[in-house]
Amino acid sequence: MYNSPFPPWTPQLVQDEIDALKHEPGALLPILHAIQDRFGHIPREAVPLIAESLQLTRAEVHGVISFYHHFRTSPPGRHVVQICRAEACQARGARALESHARETLGIDYHQTTADREITLEPVYCLGNCACGPSLRVDDRILARVTPERFDRLVDELTTQVLKVS
Amino acid sequence: MTTRLFVPRETTALALGADEVAERIEAEAEARGVEVELVRNGSRGLFWLEPLVEVETPAGRIAYGPVAPEDVAGLLDAGLLEGSATSPLCQGPTEEIPYLQAQQRLTFSRIGVTDPLSLEDYCAHDGFRGLRRALGLDSQAIIDEVKASGLRGRGGAAFPTGIKWQTVLDAPAAQKYIVCNADEGDSGTFADRLVMECDPYLLIEGMAIAGLAVGATQGYVYLRSEYPLAQEIFNEAIARAEAAGYLGGDILGSGQAFHLEVRLGAGAYICGEETSLLESLEGKRGMVRFKPPLPAIEGLFGQPTVVNNVLSLAAVPFILGDGGQAYADYGMGRSRGTLALQLAGNVQRGGLVELAFGTTLRQLMEEFGGGTFTGRPLRAVQVGGPLGAYLPESQWDLPLDYEAFAEVGAVLGHGGVVMFDDTVDMAEQARFAMEFCTVESCGKCTPCRIGSVRGVEVIDRIRAGERREANLALLADLCETMVDGSLCAMGGMTPFPVQSVMKHFPDDLQRDAQPR
Ligand SMILES: Cc1cc2nc3c(=O)[nH]c(=O)nc-3n(C[C@H](O)[C@H](O)[C@H](O)COP(=O)(O)O)c2cc1C
Ligand code: SF4
Ligand code: FES
Repeated sequence: MYNSPFPPWTPQLVQDEIDALKHEPGALLPILHAIQDRFGHIPREAVPLIAESLQLTRAEVHGVISFYHHFRTSPPGRHVVQICRAEACQARGARALESHARETLGIDYHQTTADREITLEPVYCLGNCACGPSLRVDDRILARVTPERFDRLVDELTTQVLKVS
Repeated sequence: MTTRLFVPRETTALALGADEVAERIEAEAEARGVEVELVRNGSRGLFWLEPLVEVETPAGRIAYGPVAPEDVAGLLDAGLLEGSATSPLCQGPTEEIPYLQAQQRLTFSRIGVTDPLSLEDYCAHDGFRGLRRALGLDSQAIIDEVKASGLRGRGGAAFPTGIKWQTVLDAPAAQKYIVCNADEGDSGTFADRLVMECDPYLLIEGMAIAGLAVGATQGYVYLRSEYPLAQEIFNEAIARAEAAGYLGGDILGSGQAFHLEVRLGAGAYICGEETSLLESLEGKRGMVRFKPPLPAIEGLFGQPTVVNNVLSLAAVPFILGDGGQAYADYGMGRSRGTLALQLAGNVQRGGLVELAFGTTLRQLMEEFGGGTFTGRPLRAVQVGGPLGAYLPESQWDLPLDYEAFAEVGAVLGHGGVVMFDDTVDMAEQARFAMEFCTVESCGKCTPCRIGSVRGVEVIDRIRAGERREANLALLADLCETMVDGSLCAMGGMTPFPVQSVMKHFPDDLQRDAQPR
């Protein structure tokens, strides 16, 4: 069975995150990060709570969430895999890696595999530009990722899950 | 007897397996009953040798690399702990590796040498000398030192740092801010990350000095969310520096205050632009502000604010410690001091190269880089990130100097050098430049927001062979409109790579796109 790595959110838990940070100057981004770090995404229902607490309109809060590529409003899969699409990685074969990844996972960017194991996202540079193609799995960064290495990684990620469940 | 070994803890070294190497060393040492002390140092920035393991011997530190976990047992058998040179992985004394020896490391003198989080180590290697000196000077004297250094901002625009600080000092206000731009969005750049991961107290020291110089008591580091390890290490460094009195309400008992906090970006390239960055720090969409007012007059929360790149601030401790003149003695023309070059992309020996301004690109790519990683001929080099021009071979003898680059329509930017071999399709690179702008435009002005979308479409038509000449003329027009009509350099410079392809690699635009 699929286990989410994140606990389910409740209005109270979301409010706790907001209350911990709302007095900071420019608190909105830190609050959004805190919510996403904890629950894996920013639930739509969090928007009115944030708006109320920071005395902003809902439209303003929504406008900020949608502006930044990092924030997502629906839960991701168990692992988030980001592939670097930027020039230094392109020069070392990132384009081939991208198409391989999309083909083998059967999804496009910003989508999650049917078994909810992997969410695929593009990223523009991980600062590992001398040893690309680069990839980030959750908080781990990998260097010189070939299509073969990508397949092994996906295997590893999915077999680990079997052990846990 | 305990032997000290160094295994880096830095993003690229870790991405290449440094943790696994460290674990293997500990396990092997235990199995053999030898005592080792593992130091997790920063990286020297010699990435083709990572993971680079060093051992401390009476003759200095000896380097081995690149070390894979399965090499560890063999290395120990071959006398790793004594610094034996019998293994082919042995690179000899670290400091004598030519790539390192040929550099002029002022800002990066400590990276890879020390344990990044050890305050003792930092102090033992000249750390906080600049801050201690600054504490004995008045604001104007600190700024005069920075002016004398000739330091120009390393984030891209190359504006003189001393003049920026002077503006903030002269702006009367109850609260001022130091904002460090650690958004490092350019592809091919990682020097900011290296500072934060491998020598974090350097940036802390630089920011504290900036605070003293302009009378700011609060600093923010705006760090991109793509750098999780930098965030972890830097936050720990702030906590330790505060506990030891280098930050906080009373810096080293001087009665002066400087507080520092890291704020995380959220994956938007435009937030590297300083006014977008300030909007983002205030909790808004990262939309570019009209200038004037300059951030130095009305910046964060409407207050006078210094916005500087990581490397600009990281150059300051040397400048205060050794004097502005010592820094200005390096360089050429109006480009003073050293430049942190980052060799990336299709390169044999990628990494960080700190050199005085004035070396040529070719020297850098050949003597340091050793040519391409694939061994094929080098064809194009993009310098200065995604908004920088692609340079053909005829331009590789340009000296690395802000003015020399500007003269040919190129930029040095943040010092990223991205190499491409002859398999590159330059039409595809031109298309990507426009595509990147469609993804990252803040949307405030039409030439950038709509122009980049049109740009992708026109290039697609050109690559499909549809009315090629007419569409090439249209693309040239569109580029001009974007350059002239955009509010900031995102839309204003996106045409640079495109125009460079049209000018220097026209054949690629005459060929039909290869099906992939
Ligand atoms: C689209 C765009 C992106 C930028 N990205 C960065 C960046 O990632 N880091 C940075 O330091 N400066 C960046 N800049 C330059 C900043 O706007 C600003 O000039 C710089 O932070 C000033 O610091 P400095 O004087 O120390 O260079 C960018 C500018 C533009 C127009
Ligand atoms: S040029 Fe682009 S990024 Fe810059 S202000 Fe205009 S729309 Fe925004
Ligand atoms: S370009 Fe891919 S990590 Fe920098």
